[in-house]
Order: sequence, then C-alpha cells, then structure tokens
Amino acid sequence: MYEGSLQDLIDALGKLPGVGPKSAQRLAFHFLQTDSATVQNLANLLLEVKQKVKSCKTCGAVSETDSCNICNDTRRDVSIICVIEEAKDISSIEKTREFKGRYHVLGGVISPIDGIGPDQLRIKELTSRVTNEEIKEVIVATNPNLEGEATAAFLVRILEPSGVLVTRLASGLPVGGELEYADEVTLGRALKGRRQVS
Amino acid sequence: MHVISLAAVDFRSYSFVEIELTPGVTTFVGKNGQGKTNLVEAISYCSTLSSHRVSQDLPLVKLNQPRAIVRTGVKYLERTNWLEVEIWPSKTNKAKLNGSECKKTKDILGILKTITFSPEDLILVKGDPGDRRSFLDDLLIQKSPSYAGVKSDYERVLKQRNALLKSAAPAKKNNLESILSTLSIWDDQLINFGAQIIVAKHELINELLPFITKTYTEIAPQSSELSIKYLPNVETMDVNITEVTKAMQEKINLRQQDELIRGLTLVGPHRDDMEITIGQMPAKGYASHGETWSVALSLKLASFDLLKENSPAGDPVLILDDVFAELDNDRRNQLIHRVKDVEQVLITAAVLEDVPKELIGKKLFVKDGKVEEL
Repeated sequence: MYEGSLQDLIDALGKLPGVGPKSAQRLAFHFLQTDSATVQNLANLLLEVKQKVKSCKTCGAVSETDSCNICNDTRRDVSIICVIEEAKDISSIEKTREFKGRYHVLGGVISPIDGIGPDQLRIKELTSRVTNEEIKEVIVATNPNLEGEATAAFLVRILEPSGVLVTRLASGLPVGGELEYADEVTLGRALKGRRQVS
Repeated sequence: MHVISLAAVDFRSYSFVEIELTPGVTTFVGKNGQGKTNLVEAISYCSTLSSHRVSQDLPLVKLNQPRAIVRTGVKYLERTNWLEVEIWPSKTNKAKLNGSECKKTKDILGILKTITFSPEDLILVKGDPGDRRSFLDDLLIQKSPSYAGVKSDYERVLKQRNALLKSAAPAKKNNLESILSTLSIWDDQLINFGAQIIVAKHELINELLPFITKTYTEIAPQSSELSIKYLPNVETMDVNITEVTKAMQEKINLRQQDELIRGLTLVGPHRDDMEITIGQMPAKGYASHGETWSVALSLKLASFDLLKENSPAGDPVLILDDVFAELDNDRRNQLIHRVKDVEQVLITAAVLEDVPKELIGKKLFVKDGKVEEL
C-alpha cells in the first residue's frame, strides 16, 4: 500500500477493464515519472472525450455530432443496414471494406440474467428506421453465441411483418485455418452451410 | 488405459504430492482423514472435471490458496498423454494437454476415462432425481465428450429463460406482451438443446440396460431382475429430434401460464428422472440396504462395461473408494471376480483387512498427507 493520492490513483486505474493491480501500479508510477504537460494533456483528453463524444441519433455509433460520418456519407448504400451489438464492432466490419451500407448499434444483446430485454436495446429505433427509410436488407451481425443468436432470432421475428429481407452473417471455418483445429460445433455449422462450387 | 503418474498442488489437504502408479491393483491404506480419497478424487477430476464428493470446486482447493493444480499421466499402448487442470473457484478453470494450453477446459475430456464407485453412490437409489441426472450426464460426457458442450449451452439457456420468467411476475400488468415476445426465442433455444439431450439420454439408457441386467444377475443371483427406465419430462412415442422438438414445443405452450406464475422453466430435460426397479418394485423406498448397495454397484460396473465397449483406448480406470468395509462376502466375491482382469484398479481402505487378499496388489500408505510405499 502507498500513501494518499498515489494509492487512490492505483485503485482507480485498477477498476479499468483489463487492468489488474500490478498493471495499475505500473501505470501510476509511469504517470509519476512523466512530465506534467503530457499528463495534463491526457487528463484534458479524458474530459474532452466525455464532453464531446455522443452517439449518432440515427445509428447509435460514436460521433461528435448528432449524425455520424457514416450516416452522412452520401456514397453509402442507404438501403442496407448492418445490425451490430456494440459501436466498436463497426471498425471490425469497416476493415473488411466489403460493406457499403449503414449501421445500427443495438447497445448490447438480450440477456435476462443481466436484466436486458428488447426495451433496453435500440430495437424500437431499428424498426422505425425500417418503416421510415427505404430499407431493402437488414444484416444481423450479432455475435455467434447464445445471447447473440437469441437476439438475432428476436430481430427476425420483429422485422418479419415489414417484409424487409433479413440476413445473418454466415458462420464457419476461419480463413487460413485448418480443419484439424476447428471445434466440432464450428465444423458442423460449416458443413450445414456448405455451398455448391461446381 | 492406466494412470502412470499423479501430481497435485494445493489440492484438498495436499500442498504438494506426487505418486507413480502401475497397471493392476493399487490399494491406498490409511486412517480416516489422512487424504486417501483426495488422491483418487484428483485422478477422477481429470476425467470428468467434477468431483464425486462435492458439486462446487471450492472445497477442492487447499484452504487460503487461490487455485489447485492436478496433473496426471495417462498411458495407453505406448503413448502417454499428460493432462493438467488448474482449478480456480473464483474464475474459469484452465487445462493443458501435453503441456500446451487448451482453448476450453472440456477439450481434455475423453482422454482419461474413470469409473468411481463409492458409498456416495447409494444416492443413485435413495437420492433425488438430480442425483440420477448427474449420473447420466457424467456417463454421457465420458462416452461422447461433445455432449459437455450441449449440456453447458442448455444450462445457460435455462438460466436466461428462468431470469426472464422471474422478471415476468412483477411486470405482469404492464409489459407482459414484451416478455412473451422474447420468451419464445428462448423457447426455441431451450427446445434445440433440450431435444438433443433427451434423445442422447434415451440412447444411453438403451445401451446401458443390458449391461445393468447382466451385472445385477451376477452380483445378486437370487434377486429379481434389475431394470432402469428413462423418465423424460417430455414424452414421445418415437424418439428422434423431430418428434421430441414437436412434443417439447407443445408442452411449453401448454404450461406457459404455470411457468409465468412460478417464474421457473417447468419443461425440459432438467426435470428428467431415471426409474430403477427390482422385479416389479421401485428400488427407491423398497430396496433393503444390501440391495441398494448391489444396485449402485451394478450401475457403476455397467457404466464401466459400456465405456469399455465404446472406447478405443481400452479399460477405463476403476476406482473403488472406501467400499469394501460395507460389502458382504457374496458381493465382495463378485466384485473380486469382476475386477481382477481390469487394467488398472485403485482402491482406498481404512484398514487393509477390509480389502480381499486377492485384490490388495501394490500397497501405498497414506499418512498426514504423505504417501509411502512399504
């Protein structure tokens, strides 16, 4: 244990995701040794990010304005929406450069254990986008785990009456991987979802 | 297969213990509370990832230690596989196979197969349906390790669905509609995994039944026939995924009101049971103490036969934990007869005189957490 503010800093850093007591201590000592200007800059940035960054009114992605860059981009296909769990999933999909449509961030998945139902997620916003905008396809890109699949199933049910095409990301073998190392569930899904090549 | 080596760190009463084992019979002898059972428990943990004595992992870790480590070397033909499990009561356990970390702990299942018979097994006859369900679950996991995944997915869905049903009670008046709309997606998941479990258990019982009848006739020749029957929560005429799926959906629709009132999932394999009968009578409540022992022993020896038949890696390791003191002569002789050809048998006993002379084999003395060969 250290004295006063140093220990307070270590405790506060230790609450950050992925930071244990040892790393917290290391970070705190790093700040102690860094010059004041750099630390001041970091502190300002932390405050600034909290003040400036909000979420996009349309898709829920992080943005400094009411409408994010992707929603504003006129070159993007406005008829396709990709539904994702968290705003950070956008960058993963953007890296593929395969998707030209726009996004919709749910802000989580349905999980009654954590008290999260459809009302806690941005599902109403999605249905109103589907009715009000000219949407042809909704791609459901929630994670392929139990809760992600359940949320996907729920979205399919909710969107069905609107007549929009709902698709789900395929699951199967990782590119560059080997069959030997695939677990049986993934391999089973890959077999079920096989496609004709001849 | 047989275990050639066991090492444990901070496991139960042991800070550190390492023993070498050989094929054939090994008897651990020592007074009560010296740590005999802890040794065989460590070995069986590597094959089932659970203990036959406790349902939680916490008691397995030495007091005031964060985790326990168990390592076993399992030999079959000329090949030795090393299994290592780190037991963390507060977080996810870790497993290593031949020194390299496994993605999931359950990846090591299926390499070491063990059958443990202990006085605790009397609950298979006397205990609750849950005790019989875990007997079937454990056996199924050893027989086909991929079942462990289905089981844990089912349990997760069950937890989610119960949480949703529980939240329905206070919300009943205003947003029952929205709860019902999400309930049906959990229904689908419950049925998907539940139907797989029910079909797998049907198959397991059908395969186990002939072994049980045969074993019991050997152990208790004068008694009536022993039989087991699966009592699934969802019954169907034909047992296949399609039929069970349909029946489960119907039953869920039928019981929805009850489920909402009680805030609990009332349909699915988590409410199954297994009926054990001797002749026309149910074993529970009717069997004498001696018969109960015979039934429990038959269930375990039949499991052994079933695993042996299905395993390319030879005999499972048979563990007889503290059972000889309570068996009468006839049953003892039958047990001797049954186990003498098994590749590896591990026996624990408080006094050497309890163990039949034919079975003693190699002796290891356990005292104050130390194991010595005399």
